[in-house]
Amino acid sequence: MAITLNINSKDETIEAAAGTPLLWVLRDHLKMTGTKFGCGVAQCGACTVHVDGAPKRACITPHDSLENAKITTIEGLAGTAADAIRETWVGNDVPQCGYCQSGQILAATALLSEKPKPSDADINAAMSGNICRCATYMSIRRAIKQAAEKL
Amino acid sequence: MFLEDIGIIPSRGKEPLQTENSRSVINLTRRGFIAGTGLFVVGVTLAGCSSYEEPIVDPDSLDIPEAGPSPLTEVQGGDATPALWISIEEDGTIKITCHRSEMGQQVWTAMAQIIADELDADWENIEIVQAEGHERYGDQNTDGSRSVRYNFHRLRLAGAAMKQMLVSAAALYWKIDPSQCSAALGKVSNNEDSDTLSYASLAKVAAKLQVPTEADIVMKEPKDWLFINKEIPSVTVPKITKGEGQYGIDVHVPDMVYAVVARPPQVFGGTGSVKDAKALAVPGVLQMVKLPDAKPPAMFQALGGVAVVGVDTWAAIQGRNALEIEWLDGSNASYDSENFRRAMEASTERSGTVRRSRGNVGTALAAADQTISAQYYAPHLSQSPMEPPAATARWTGDKLECWACVQDPQRTRQTLSDLLKIDKKNITVHATWLGGAFGRKSKPDFVVEAALIAKEVGKPVKVTWTREDEVRHGFYHSASAQRLEAGLDITGKCNAYLHRTVFPTIGSTFTAGIDTPSDGEMSMGAIDVPFAVPHLQIESGSAKAHLRIGWLRSVANIYHAFAVQSFAAEMAHAAGRDQKDYLLELIGESRLVDPNAEGASYSNYGGSVEEYPIDTARLARVTERAAQMADWGRKLPDGHGLGIAVHRSFLAYVATVIEVKVAADGALTIPGIWLAVDAGTVINLRHTRAQMEGGTLYGLSNALYGEITARNGTVVQDNFPSWRVMRMDEAPRDFEVEIIPSNSPPAGVGEPPTPPAAPALANAIFNATGKRFRNLPLMGANRSKLDISANASS
Ligand code: FES
Ligand code: FES
Repeated sequence: MAITLNINSKDETIEAAAGTPLLWVLRDHLKMTGTKFGCGVAQCGACTVHVDGAPKRACITPHDSLENAKITTIEGLAGTAADAIRETWVGNDVPQCGYCQSGQILAATALLSEKPKPSDADINAAMSGNICRCATYMSIRRAIKQAAEKL
Repeated sequence: MFLEDIGIIPSRGKEPLQTENSRSVINLTRRGFIAGTGLFVVGVTLAGCSSYEEPIVDPDSLDIPEAGPSPLTEVQGGDATPALWISIEEDGTIKITCHRSEMGQQVWTAMAQIIADELDADWENIEIVQAEGHERYGDQNTDGSRSVRYNFHRLRLAGAAMKQMLVSAAALYWKIDPSQCSAALGKVSNNEDSDTLSYASLAKVAAKLQVPTEADIVMKEPKDWLFINKEIPSVTVPKITKGEGQYGIDVHVPDMVYAVVARPPQVFGGTGSVKDAKALAVPGVLQMVKLPDAKPPAMFQALGGVAVVGVDTWAAIQGRNALEIEWLDGSNASYDSENFRRAMEASTERSGTVRRSRGNVGTALAAADQTISAQYYAPHLSQSPMEPPAATARWTGDKLECWACVQDPQRTRQTLSDLLKIDKKNITVHATWLGGAFGRKSKPDFVVEAALIAKEVGKPVKVTWTREDEVRHGFYHSASAQRLEAGLDITGKCNAYLHRTVFPTIGSTFTAGIDTPSDGEMSMGAIDVPFAVPHLQIESGSAKAHLRIGWLRSVANIYHAFAVQSFAAEMAHAAGRDQKDYLLELIGESRLVDPNAEGASYSNYGGSVEEYPIDTARLARVTERAAQMADWGRKLPDGHGLGIAVHRSFLAYVATVIEVKVAADGALTIPGIWLAVDAGTVINLRHTRAQMEGGTLYGLSNALYGEITARNGTVVQDNFPSWRVMRMDEAPRDFEVEIIPSNSPPAGVGEPPTPPAAPALANAIFNATGKRFRNLPLMGANRSKLDISANASS
């Protein structure tokens, strides 16, 4: 049965089996591959999207539970916090392989939207759900702090 | 935008890029091989190119002498013919072909820096094109930290040759001698009258000119480099921040279906009866494909099992969960990594095969005033790149086209040809971006799966490995047991040194049943030990493999450096000396170490010992520098400790000092890390620092948490967190890197930071707590603290 999801401020008609996680709807049905698969069990954060502005793990969130929600992915992420994060991400060359970075950027943007001047502890709390196997953690922390300065 | 921000590139007006409409002027058709192959363009353009006002110079208007074949097809590293690497478009875009795989080491940026520098290109106009797998590019195997080492000279030549041809083209046009022209920032100037012509306007003429010989090519002096050895920002990062890069797992081709594979839990286990009714009833599941059982040696075969094909990845995963398969035991059914560990440890107590020997270690040990010995263990590890393996295959008649996150598209092509018995001519392999690799993606078994399944299905198929698949069915870093023994004299000086190492060899993956470490593995931190000790012996034992053994970032250096550098600190302790001072004394006076003079077969990472000797002066220099950076010897708060380790691998020298803080209950934090690296000529300073940080933390993640175990031939761990990796809150607070300036030839950068991380950590913990950890991991999956109780096994 087709349902409508609001993704990056655009209504998308989805036909996927009931219970299919948002991740696979984005990646396989809509070909929006910026949202990544890393574990499928809410352990790595690679699939992080915003649902009504809050970070959510797309790999365990059934797409059909989101009919009335506003979904934002890396492709549509915008706003002051996002701009600041992207700018310092580029300025510091934070990503290495980049695979985890959509999730990192979504998580960091949500953090700054909520806490414009995060402490180290805030950063740890907000970012420890996002694994980076290239271990860009030092750069991520640096870039979040620089972005906070800009806000 | 950021290029100007950091003051590297002068700013100028931009207009939208029109690559779509632009025509290749110098086309890549030296032998007609690229035309029509449909290059998989995952290019990025750094910024918009200006449209040049100058008209394109028409070659027919000039008197151009007939050009012969390129004399640069066989220079060091392969073909340096400029047209293979560089294409200058009418709109000014300079397309640079990168034949190595981009996996976060920023090889796209590095290769572009090398070519653009010698070409004197305008960096803003550079666009990268990923090469498909083909011999014409020379070695494409992106592992062993050698992309720069193998290609530096060749790509500089290509860039410089192209520049010379553009200058000659301008000289022809102006009817002056080339010596009266100069090139800079994508333009050739007439020195007489300050007239200029852009590379774009000259490209058509340059394409018709004779390619110069190596002897006639003038390359820049290092002092004139604009991009090499500089802080050039990554060409991939801006795309990444918008979610735009295309990784192997992101590939879509029309009519594609999605597959996951249920594989036998044991390597060489078989697939028995399959009940698939429930799986086929899952919405979206299309069909099952049974894959042939794998037979030893593993090589890069598919592991067998049953593929579940669906309309999306989720359907395939759900279908797999509903499959009922009776798995058959195979030759590895009894493998138990705990028993295996004990057997390996026991064998380190017996003398092994001598792989290097100096003096008479037995006599010297017997005569020592003090002897110490220690045994070290390191477990199997999984590479676990963030992007699991994924590949897409499409058959058109008997032609096969694959897209995959592979480190070596050429070997992938060869493997497909061998295993599917089709002519290489009919196979195209496109390397996508790699979401990390760490050695896993140089094994193309997952591409073989995609090709096999797509053939059965009759449609393009993407095979995705879930994290469980990646953790359970890997090519694992070898588990190892080692024993070290030293004889110290009355002053504490080491007079005798015996190192025995036992581990299943990577060779077992390629030759069934072999159980002896290769020279290559022994050359990674064992037989290349640089210690100035009068009596020294390195031995290896034998161990059979029961999992697929593969290489993981820095390979055998991981366990060897852990044992050797931990033991150096243990000797210092036994001698009552400072760790750093004792380490420098072990390294000894400045000299070149030649293990082969002492019966070793030392492989030196394929580099010549003339060009890349084991130089103890460089080893000592990074050690001293890292110690200075850390303010070694300073007074530390209670519970803090500094530890040091130094290691040469992949021809680079890295010393690491780690400060730990260990609370009374064993809670560990890492206030700081200081690292000094001498990797010879470094292409990109900022990305080298990034590799030092990432490679160190990768090593610490393994040392603290990493452990793959097996029972009944089956890997126990399955996903994060039973396979535990470092997270943000576990990362150090500060990390300082210093790159030692050097004119030596380029060495590796991606792997060398990993080996010293674990021993520096263990040595720091010892200095903080008095407890010596000899077994990895230090915590594992379940502990949140170190076990520093006196009676705990170390
Ligand atoms: S893929 Fe969703 S948290 Fe890992
Ligand atoms: S940048 Fe590679 S996993 Fe994070």
